[in-house]
Amino acid sequence: MAKVHFTDFEGATQVIEANPGDSIMETAVRNGVEGIVGECGGSLSCATCHVFVADQDFAALEPMEEMEDEMLYGTAVDREENSRLSCQIKMCAAQEIHVTTPETQV
Amino acid sequence: MSTQTLSPSLAGADAPAAGTATGLLIIGASQSGVQLAISLRALGYTEHITLLGEEDHRPYQRPALSKEFLQDKVGSESLIFRSNDYWIEHNITLVKGERIESISAHPDGSGEAAGSSGTTYPYTRLALTVGARPRLFEAPGAQLDGVVYLRNADDALKLKALAPQASDVVVIGGGFIGLEAASSLQAMGKKVTVLEYGPRLVGRAVGEDTSEYFRKQHTERGLDIRIAARIEQIVDDGHGAVQAVRLVGGEEISAQIVLIGIGVIPNTQLGEKLGLEIDNGIVVDEHAVASDGHTIVVGDVANMPNPVPGSPSGERIRLESVNNAVEHAKVAAYSLMGQREAYAGIPWFWSNQANMKLQIAGLSMGFDSTVRREVPEKGKFTVLYYRAGQIIAADCVNAPLDFMAVKQALAAGKNINPDAASNPATLLKTLIA
Repeated sequence: MAKVHFTDFEGATQVIEANPGDSIMETAVRNGVEGIVGECGGSLSCATCHVFVADQDFAALEPMEEMEDEMLYGTAVDREENSRLSCQIKMCAAQEIHVTTPETQV
Repeated sequence: MSTQTLSPSLAGADAPAAGTATGLLIIGASQSGVQLAISLRALGYTEHITLLGEEDHRPYQRPALSKEFLQDKVGSESLIFRSNDYWIEHNITLVKGERIESISAHPDGSGEAAGSSGTTYPYTRLALTVGARPRLFEAPGAQLDGVVYLRNADDALKLKALAPQASDVVVIGGGFIGLEAASSLQAMGKKVTVLEYGPRLVGRAVGEDTSEYFRKQHTERGLDIRIAARIEQIVDDGHGAVQAVRLVGGEEISAQIVLIGIGVIPNTQLGEKLGLEIDNGIVVDEHAVASDGHTIVVGDVANMPNPVPGSPSGERIRLESVNNAVEHAKVAAYSLMGQREAYAGIPWFWSNQANMKLQIAGLSMGFDSTVRREVPEKGKFTVLYYRAGQIIAADCVNAPLDFMAVKQALAAGKNINPDAASNPATLLKTLIA
């Protein structure tokens, strides 16, 4: 089973099982993980699903497209080297990924 | 058997025993109703919540219906707002497939709502998040098979079922829904004609430059767009199904599907029965409270004071958007908690059409000048709207940096110098002052 480890800005972690093919944003929102909003439902329009991806997981991700890169400049908490929009990260079977959510998304 | 089919289906938390006051009853289980329930629980609201909707689906997100869902890029499961566990854990009862026919309200804000299934839902507080319904197209042939609307999941499923047998589609209405669906259907291999009654596309939501940009871009991509189109009738194929759309003057445009997207009408029926003030929706104050002082009204159906900082005093507006449903629901949640919080953030909208991602920040109504920024080779196009020298809105196509900068400037009550902004190479973010 794929799993996402969500750590909030204060350090509390919860682990959520993800359906393969679902994005991290979908996984978070459906299960009520606070810290991820996803207002636009994953259509890369709102930049409210910003996450910081753990270094060991970041390199394995598909590189981001230009639109995601540009959207990341508009996040509520400033982007860092390991920032991604979690609607663009789709989970594979048995994949485990660790992300930290910012203090606010809006 | 018949009672079985008439009964609403329940999910989420257990319903309180019949006859007991059930806390908050939210009528309407789409974006604003869902957000209201979620925000209340986040704020520590302890009363039971019943979230009741007339569709026989778990609460789902609508935006993809005209886009990714129509094109089979996402399945129905991705549209679901929350897992069933979420509703149970948060003590929220979902009622699906139930329509409230009448409400008996008491002076203290409590009452009983009677559903078409025969079930009564007592409540201590009531929230109407009843949304809007498609405006019906009135012309001969509008009842034919193959004439469809696109507001809810059943509409989208019907359209998806018709699509494989159709080669030609006429879309009536060149607004967001019409153009999104037209782009999707074109991507699915259909020959698509868009008939817009007005003088330009998306006339209600964007300025002239943006309308013209979309007309040109869609035309280049192969959509047949007719502006100021006058329809005489939808033509019967002789078997009760659509065969063509006939324009005034006699031209017939072949179609096996006619999709109508000519706007929506707010669902004020229950508000009227409650005696609430109605004026282009149900009138609410800045805390989402209707004229009876009790009923909470949120989202597409609510006519509210313009929430944008600096907007003319007394100006009212009804916004049809996901963002408004969410932010307005948060205001309402505070209101139900006995707190007074202002509407947060700047209204924004999005629409994805073919490879064009439109993002709108702010409300452009009342603008007196514009600035255009264009990088054609990257498909970027932005119009900034100013009123008395102050930026009030922006239409941004494939230009998220512009969108984000304008949203930030508006939220901070700042400006972006129009002269400097006319150079598309200059980052708007650096001009916020």
